[in-house]
Amino acid sequence: MPRPQQWGDDDVLEFVTLKAAGQSFCIEITQIREIRRWTPVTALPHAEEAVLGVMNLRGAVIPIIDLAARLGLGECEASPRHVIIVVAIGSKTIGLLVDSVSEILTVEGSQICEAPTMGGGDIPNSILGLISIEEGMSRILAPEILVPRGLTDAA
Amino acid sequence: MSRDDLKATFFAECEDLLDQLSEGTGELEAGTATEETVHAIFRAVHSIKGAAGAFALDTLVKFAHRFETVLDRLRSGSLVLDPDALQTILRSGDMLAELVELAQAESDEEPSQMAELIDLLVGLSGSEEDGPGAPEPDEAFEFTAVSFMPLSFDEPGEDAEDVYKIRVPAIADLFRNGHDPFLLFAELVGLGQLDVSCDASALPVSDEFDPNRCYLSWELTLTGSMTEVSIRDAFVFLDDICEIEQVSGGSAGPVLDLPGIETEDSPMTIAEPSNPSMPQVAAEEAAAEPAAATSSTSEPAAAEKSKAAKPAASIPQTTLRVDPERVDRLINTVGELIINQAVITQKLVASGMASNSDIMSDLDDYQYLARELQEGVMAIRAQPVKPLFQRMQRIVREAAYSLGKDVALVTEGEATEIDKTLVERLAEPLTHMIRNAVDHGIEGPEKRAAAGKPAQGTIKLSAAHCSGDVLIEISDDGAGLNRKRILEKAVSQGMVAADAKMADSEIDNLLFMAGFSTAEKVTNLSGRGVGMDVVKTAITSLGGRISISSRQGMGTKFSIALPLTLAVMDGMVIHAAGETLVAPLSSVVETIRPKPKDILPFGRDGRLLSIRGTYVPIVNLARLLGFPTEAEITSDNILILIRSEQSGLVALAVDDISDQRQVVIKSLEGNYGAIEGISAATILGDGRIALIIDTDAILSLAGHYGREMASREEMDYAQTATMG
Repeated sequence: MPRPQQWGDDDVLEFVTLKAAGQSFCIEITQIREIRRWTPVTALPHAEEAVLGVMNLRGAVIPIIDLAARLGLGECEASPRHVIIVVAIGSKTIGLLVDSVSEILTVEGSQICEAPTMGGGDIPNSILGLISIEEGMSRILAPEILVPRGLTDAA
Repeated sequence: MSRDDLKATFFAECEDLLDQLSEGTGELEAGTATEETVHAIFRAVHSIKGAAGAFALDTLVKFAHRFETVLDRLRSGSLVLDPDALQTILRSGDMLAELVELAQAESDEEPSQMAELIDLLVGLSGSEEDGPGAPEPDEAFEFTAVSFMPLSFDEPGEDAEDVYKIRVPAIADLFRNGHDPFLLFAELVGLGQLDVSCDASALPVSDEFDPNRCYLSWELTLTGSMTEVSIRDAFVFLDDICEIEQVSGGSAGPVLDLPGIETEDSPMTIAEPSNPSMPQVAAEEAAAEPAAATSSTSEPAAAEKSKAAKPAASIPQTTLRVDPERVDRLINTVGELIINQAVITQKLVASGMASNSDIMSDLDDYQYLARELQEGVMAIRAQPVKPLFQRMQRIVREAAYSLGKDVALVTEGEATEIDKTLVERLAEPLTHMIRNAVDHGIEGPEKRAAAGKPAQGTIKLSAAHCSGDVLIEISDDGAGLNRKRILEKAVSQGMVAADAKMADSEIDNLLFMAGFSTAEKVTNLSGRGVGMDVVKTAITSLGGRISISSRQGMGTKFSIALPLTLAVMDGMVIHAAGETLVAPLSSVVETIRPKPKDILPFGRDGRLLSIRGTYVPIVNLARLLGFPTEAEITSDNILILIRSEQSGLVALAVDDISDQRQVVIKSLEGNYGAIEGISAATILGDGRIALIIDTDAILSLAGHYGREMASREEMDYAQTATMG
């Protein structure tokens, strides 16, 4: 299977792996700002389902998105055991609600496989590539796709 | 620094210089001008011209040059300031500001009045200096001082060779301080022809000789076309000690405002030996022989010199230019600090900490300091309204001139400080209102005479702090509003029913309705259909309120009340469907706990509130915002009466009101986006975010109640309110 173009064969890349809706995903470490515990959010009116609300991140107001819901994998019942991954996407900062964060994965570009474009409904659009891990595979997320619908233009 | 950056600096400097200019012209107009005022005006114009030349802004340079010539004649006393000349100077100042604006907008357009003004200026500048064939002296101008230092030359002194004498006394510590006279002098060689003579007479022959000490003094003669500044630059470390004197130069010899620099023609030389020669220098050296004395004697002398030269020098710039973003960041962080402090307090109280414990009293100190800090940081953003008011002077002059009216603007409370953003965003609505006042408010000369008023109309613009608000008032002594015409117009535009009975104040308020314009003919200035509604929208978006009052034949007054800052606002903390929200206090009219009999069904599931004989629609806030709620509106709800411009009076039903407090405004748009009905967010004492509702938007969301009815409701209410 060919490799995604944005990574060269010899690039050494680091990904943080996480679990959402029982599946393993990963995000390139350079895009992650911080990881924090879930705290209750303030709901936003007229927001799409995956947008849980906004949270106070040291004075910045950031939207929190339920990753599982955003990917169409069902809603996540948030509890203090859940984790928020704060991601910088362009000029925006958003938080992703996930089940847990697992480990940091160091891989070479050549170990990344391209994600198939068929099957999986909406998912393929949000997945940049696949990495084989012990318990199967981790899906590399394209966070830009995760910004709430209709707000990407405003970025 | 790129050219664009430099240009940005230039325009920022221009703004300051134009402020100085308008301040000066203001003094001229008021008759309080001194000689220094004229100098200040001249310097401002000259500096703008010089810098504009560096950016090849030809139109600006050309105009500034004409203007400068006239000011120079005024300065030298060869021009008498009669009313016509004053008018030309005032208008030229305005023109210059307009040209700078055009240059900033990179427009090549020539303002319509420019040619006429240039003719007027040429007329004032006398034939000898600026005949048609006269060469443009600006070509020869030295633009090296792009630092915009206000140098004033009496005469450019183009091609004349200047001769400067520089005396370097024997400075005992010269070597010890790390100076090498050779290198200093070598720098001067680059400027022109240098002759150095050394006076070694002070050299001791005996074993008193100290190799680390400098016994030599020098006299340098520099010939060439250099500026004093460049000499001064070379001697920057010995500035106070060396004497630099111009012995011959161009026709008149440059007179420099720099402290410490003397020229022979300058009257300041009285304090100095008129023509110091070698022996005198030697004598000075001898007197200053004791090592320590050298500097201590020469320093007071230098200080005296600079004092003597000072009067003509410009007032030093004491302001600091700071990127507003940095200040905003600081304000944000301080806002955080205050929230953080509230969180700590709240947690300590929750943990059962006694309020008289040490830590609580320390926390009080913390709170006090945090507030101090916040006030201090807010003050950075505060600016006096003076520049804004001065701009209005210009608007009045322009408007009055083009309408052929005689109007004076009287300003009051110019020192009142408000948030910088407010100053910036007030400019447009204020301009509009001032133009309106000149155009519609002040009558024509005949009408004024008929009404027994002085020929000159007066517009008063005042600013004052008033119970946490800034109150800005614009009043004129014109004819007052023509209510009959306003009503006719409103009826013809279908804004009011033909048989409507309206109170005077309601008629006045029609002015603020969208699309309303009474001007019978569209003038250049106002009456283009963008009327007072735009002004009102602008003021409301700043969190302010505007009101109008008018007396037939006496004039019209607009009052604008604005918050001191945009970063914080007073809010009412409310709860709806389990969510905490903040309603801006400025739009809350009153809060009501209704009696069951006052809530009346209206339509399928609508409710009306019966209050003092009128009916106000009730809006379920939670439902409007899409929060899940099943509850019907009952007398358990608390109703908040809010007034909006479009929908009039509406009652928002909420579950509870918990607090009334200042909140720090946080934008939602940075990380998320705009949300209908929500203007921003804030962070509460517990660290949670509360959304601030946008009352106007909320009410347009609630539009199904019908705008028409709501506005009629408001009028009824207003009537009852005034009657009761």
